[in-house]
Amino acid sequence: MKHLIFAVTLATLTSTAMWGQQATAGDTAALEQKFRDMEDRIIALEGQVRALKAAAAQAQPAPVATPEIATEQAPLASGTAPAETSATSSSSALARPINLGGASNAGKALNPDLSVIGDFIGVAGHNSISPSPALEMHESEIGLQAVIDPYARGDFFLSFGEKGVNVEEGFITFTALPAGFTARVGKMRSAFGKVNMMHNHVLPFVDRPLVSNSLTGGEDGIDDAGFSIEHILPAPKGIFLDVTAQLFRGDSGSGDQLVFQSHRKSDVSTVEHLRAYKDLTESTNLDIGLSYARGHNELGSAFLTQLYGVDATVHWKPLRRAIYHSFVGRSEFIWSQRQQLPVEQRAFGFYTSGEYQLGRRWFVGGRYDLSDRSRFANQTDKGGSAILTYWPSEFSQIRTQYRYTKYAENIGAHEVLFQVLFSLGAHGAHPF
Amino acid sequence: MKNLNGIRALVAVALGMALSAIPAAAKKLNVVTSTSDLASLAMEVGGDRINIDSIAKGYQDPHFVEAKPSFLLKLKQADVLLVVGLELEIGWLPPLITQSGNPRVQVGGQGYLDASQFAEIMEIPSGPVSRAMGDVHPLGNPHYWLDPANGRRIARGIANKLGELDPSDASYFQERFKDFDRRLSDAEKKWDAEMLPYRGRKVVTYHNSATNFAKHFGLNVVGYVEPRPGIPPTPGHTIELMGLMKRDKIKVILVEPYFDLKTPNSIAHETGGRVIVFLPSVGGEKEVTDYFKLFDYDIALLTKAFQETN
Repeated sequence: MKHLIFAVTLATLTSTAMWGQQATAGDTAALEQKFRDMEDRIIALEGQVRALKAAAAQAQPAPVATPEIATEQAPLASGTAPAETSATSSSSALARPINLGGASNAGKALNPDLSVIGDFIGVAGHNSISPSPALEMHESEIGLQAVIDPYARGDFFLSFGEKGVNVEEGFITFTALPAGFTARVGKMRSAFGKVNMMHNHVLPFVDRPLVSNSLTGGEDGIDDAGFSIEHILPAPKGIFLDVTAQLFRGDSGSGDQLVFQSHRKSDVSTVEHLRAYKDLTESTNLDIGLSYARGHNELGSAFLTQLYGVDATVHWKPLRRAIYHSFVGRSEFIWSQRQQLPVEQRAFGFYTSGEYQLGRRWFVGGRYDLSDRSRFANQTDKGGSAILTYWPSEFSQIRTQYRYTKYAENIGAHEVLFQVLFSLGAHGAHPF
Repeated sequence: MKNLNGIRALVAVALGMALSAIPAAAKKLNVVTSTSDLASLAMEVGGDRINIDSIAKGYQDPHFVEAKPSFLLKLKQADVLLVVGLELEIGWLPPLITQSGNPRVQVGGQGYLDASQFAEIMEIPSGPVSRAMGDVHPLGNPHYWLDPANGRRIARGIANKLGELDPSDASYFQERFKDFDRRLSDAEKKWDAEMLPYRGRKVVTYHNSATNFAKHFGLNVVGYVEPRPGIPPTPGHTIELMGLMKRDKIKVILVEPYFDLKTPNSIAHETGGRVIVFLPSVGGEKEVTDYFKLFDYDIALLTKAFQETN
């Protein structure tokens, strides 16, 4: 393709140059203009080649998508200067890429964005209530993300432990629904609060807060198969108001951390989330959420568990020094109402945490934890953590966390957690 | 069946949301741009027939913008989303586009316009790319708008796009483009004349965001404060750079407004050079309100620094 463009350009340029020899000095300006136009045409052609390469790579192995190819190319053609008749006519020839030597990069371009995130954790110290292994390749998360068609995109996150695999999330997002709705279908982390939505590698600390472990299913969290619809509501004064409603099969968490269990098809669970966000200044913003979840627990279809949550986050990041300093303060309060025998258990828990960015590569943070246990609401665990994180680059983190936990049994545990996180490939950005 | 309550609640919420959605049939096109430079160019050709809003501020590092929900409110209403492309916005724009629920601005949608297709792109890596090279852009250097010739090409692309989406105003947009083209050509002559005495001057920049600017005005960028794109300065690299600057008598260090000045200042102190806070974008300083003023500002800064460090 490049040779073709080159040949065409060379021919035009030579003829222009020959004409230029006979030109008088008064024509120099016109000549300069002509050269400029020519240069513009070359650059427009280069841009078209880049775009066509990308479009061809998208379109090639998907014959069903033919009508979309036509629409995709239309804006490209219109992007060139109106005078470029020769350029647009040759673009139809460029649209059919010639494959030399068999395998081409175009095929690869169709592959989803692939990423792998390694999460290595080491723990020192004694904890008899909730012991952790000394050294562990805690999780290897594989992300596969791509646009499916003009109407939807797909995201898969497969988390591999040292043994066993779990589809942490795997869903399609319909991005082209009418009236501004966004819908998701598949398995996903539910929209209950903040920490529940976070993958392990974006947690501000090595571990999850006590309240997550005690009331909302711990690391797996409320993560289930079902539907989700989201809509941005109109609101005054630049407030962003967003509501999410989700319907799941009704299974979340396992073992001691089981939250919901479905015993028959009608034992579905639901999660609703309302989020209000406002920019207080250009560098500070406030994000408040209300969550509700309802489902059945392991005791049977007649036993309900309901969860209520309130979360609040303050972000500060001065735009001029955004890569050097920032602060995030966050709290989540969760109430659990669990029907069980002999009496219903009403448990409460919360955490409050802050992380401050000291410099481009250094972050410090602290967290206070308190939570009742969902099955024994009169037993309360408390704890505190301090963390130091070093980022060698955007793609890796090394962190050390000191954690003290005072369990309800009046047993204290001092632990030091060490974590290395590293990311390979193109991991899509996470929602704010 | 108790669980029916949940389903009912869900249906009620869904209905509520459906009713709250009012289809917006605005006459003016709503144009949202990822950066302030694109907003300025769109303003030049769109005039009062478009509403314009941009996401990143001119003094903000466009690689690291937070994907704030408030930006969703802008994107939700957008008829056109104008992006720099070449993966400049990869860290923050894709989730905003997905969450916006606006089919017009999805990648490949009618209102999605990647301005890089119109511009001359430099530094497209020819070999394999790896992150050992730092945060390289595999599709080429995305700071391409700092060449007035590219500004003209982008403006033409925008004028064509706006005309396509709003055919009744197409001739208005073309007229505005022609006028912009004329004014830009005049300004370009002035800028070229001002920079003429300094063609071939060697400079150092913090990040490699001045490539297209340097090409247009004949400057020679010979080193970067960053050892690799996106990697903060290291002592070893800084010493090497100071050696290079002393040897080649390089006196001017250009730093984007969002980088820390500590390392550049100490380099300047050591080499007798001068640090200037060069603006890569419109809005980097209060008085730099449009594309013309951006070049006026940077060129005034540069010519002064060159004169003084003769």
